[in-house]
Amino acid sequence: LTDVNTEPRITRADAELHSVLMEDMLFARRASERFWNLQRQGRLATVPPLTGQEAAVVGVVRGLDLSTDWFVPYYRDLFGLGALGDEFFEQVVAYWRGDPDGGRIPDGVRCLPPQIALGSQIPHAAGLALGLALRGDPGVVCTFIGDGATSEGDFYEGINLAGVQRVPLIIVCVNNGWAISTPTDRQTAAESFAAKGVAAGIPGVRLDGNDVLAVVDATRAARRRAAAGDGPSLLELVTYRIGAHTNSDDPTRYVPDDSLRDWKERDPIERFRTQLEDAQLWDDTQHAAALATVETRLERIIDAGLQREIDPAVALDHLTGTPSTRHLQQRAELVERSTPHMPAGGIMADGVVSWRA
Amino acid sequence: MTMLAAIRETIVDEMARDERVVVLGEDVGKNGGVFRVTDGVLDRFGPMRVFDTPISESAIVGASVGLSVAGLVPIAEIQFAGFTMQAYHQIVGQLARMRYRSRGRFHCPVTIRAPYGGGVRTPELHADSVEAPFAHAPGLKVVVPSNAADAKGLLASAVRDPDPVIFFEPIPCYRSSDDVPEGEHLVPLGHAEVVREPGDAVVVTWGSMVNVANGAADMIAATRGAQVGVVDLRTLAPLDIDTLTAVAERAGRVVVVHEAPLTAGFGAEVVATIQEQAFWSLQAPIRRVAGYDAPSPAPLVEDWCLPDVARVTAALDATLDA
Repeated sequence: LTDVNTEPRITRADAELHSVLMEDMLFARRASERFWNLQRQGRLATVPPLTGQEAAVVGVVRGLDLSTDWFVPYYRDLFGLGALGDEFFEQVVAYWRGDPDGGRIPDGVRCLPPQIALGSQIPHAAGLALGLALRGDPGVVCTFIGDGATSEGDFYEGINLAGVQRVPLIIVCVNNGWAISTPTDRQTAAESFAAKGVAAGIPGVRLDGNDVLAVVDATRAARRRAAAGDGPSLLELVTYRIGAHTNSDDPTRYVPDDSLRDWKERDPIERFRTQLEDAQLWDDTQHAAALATVETRLERIIDAGLQREIDPAVALDHLTGTPSTRHLQQRAELVERSTPHMPAGGIMADGVVSWRA
Repeated sequence: MTMLAAIRETIVDEMARDERVVVLGEDVGKNGGVFRVTDGVLDRFGPMRVFDTPISESAIVGASVGLSVAGLVPIAEIQFAGFTMQAYHQIVGQLARMRYRSRGRFHCPVTIRAPYGGGVRTPELHADSVEAPFAHAPGLKVVVPSNAADAKGLLASAVRDPDPVIFFEPIPCYRSSDDVPEGEHLVPLGHAEVVREPGDAVVVTWGSMVNVANGAADMIAATRGAQVGVVDLRTLAPLDIDTLTAVAERAGRVVVVHEAPLTAGFGAEVVATIQEQAFWSLQAPIRRVAGYDAPSPAPLVEDWCLPDVARVTAALDATLDA
């Protein structure tokens, strides 16, 4: 177990990386905010904002090789995966809108559908990494979990198998201090979440998850280790959930005011901006330009996602490769039931799905 | 050939046919599995294709999800079907839903093999018949062979199926022998077999209860000269509704037999389907003979508790007299 808390050197040579990181973090922040408002308008079903944790997810994504590596995400980290492309992010809109199509990851994007049942994705990630290694594929697998998911049985079973098989896997535990309302000291008596890797023979690294450049460095190191065949790593990225668990949550019931205030002062985006400005590698003009790019991109993605037509019959598609007799009967019944209440073709555009005309 | 040998031969054949097929589970490697089903498979195919896992049923199934995303075709062994309860979420909540959740981008050609069934004096949680909750899971196929030839043909179909199949192997039938076709032998999933043509009544069952049903049919033929048909469902999900309907219409009197507890057992689905499809052909209420509503019986009491020829015969007598 190592604690990493060094401020990485900031040099002009990394200017391109700096602007990519800043743009990705701004994208994650603005997407969380925009989605939150869309949920309040009834246009999205559920939204788990990433606000305050952007550096942890974005730093990992940009520390990997996007041309070979796989992501096995849970749900909150989706906002930080803007690097996977506009088509991917339209699917994120669809997912939180409640469209069954939302879990369809576009062809060519190496990512599994988001996991809702906490920790369940870790054995998937271990198996995927094992499969890539067995097939001689150069890819490394990265899975994200929250601190709460480390209490799940699948966490232990998954990291244990990964450790035994020395698979090319990076398990990223984004420790945001809360599992809905349960604080970390009610989640574990271990000295850290990174320490849990010891039981699986997996080195754990705990670092400041609000320091985006430190996250990139730690991810690169874990990636080198995985790609060299030296086995998995567990990264604990310490950060803070500045917002709610989801739109259904009221954190004022349990989050202490002073704690929230402290962490807001450590806002990862403001911190990175200050670092870059102090090194004279970033200015207000660049920041405004990055923000404008992000807003334009998000606008286009959200519009495309919300305007997508919904056909209720898709609820009975893709159950098995060849549909069973009963699935066909039930689908036919669903089509017949839905058509009279829908606009032409049983299709609904942006809006709340309703069985009434 | 015994059912054990037929299953082993099928695993070897499928691995030889398709290099993507891998075997994983507890003790499946050097030890060849606790029943020796995978005996010699490691020697033949090596550690890249046959690997022992930690004792982690959930991880065995969860890893199989990931292995299939990587393009492999896992045959995962759960040492005893009772332990599938420790993998229930990964099977029902994850494996069975990957195609649906990803809209077909990913699918999981995973076969989970799991021995089940009482009568051989196993400890707790080794004999449970747990087919019903899996038949309830959308996206999952549930297969139970009753003889060696079907075990070969159904397992080959399961391995080649693009979707997950849970394959329950009846322990009491493991060492019984019958003729097994040589070479490629495929029994399609979703097709019941009419073992004995229905006459005056029909027993619908699966797995090791097929032998019990045959015994009861013989008994009825001897005691009252009535002709009792036997249907081996072979695949519970998807259910062969057409065959079920046809035999119920022809016989008019039906007894459903299973080893699992009565309440909410898969027999309830069979009975409901028959009454939906063939109600007006029925001449008597459909009867069920099943395990009692208790955990699978311990060795010293199991002979009294498992459905046997006497109980099935009594149910047939009652149906024929109704």
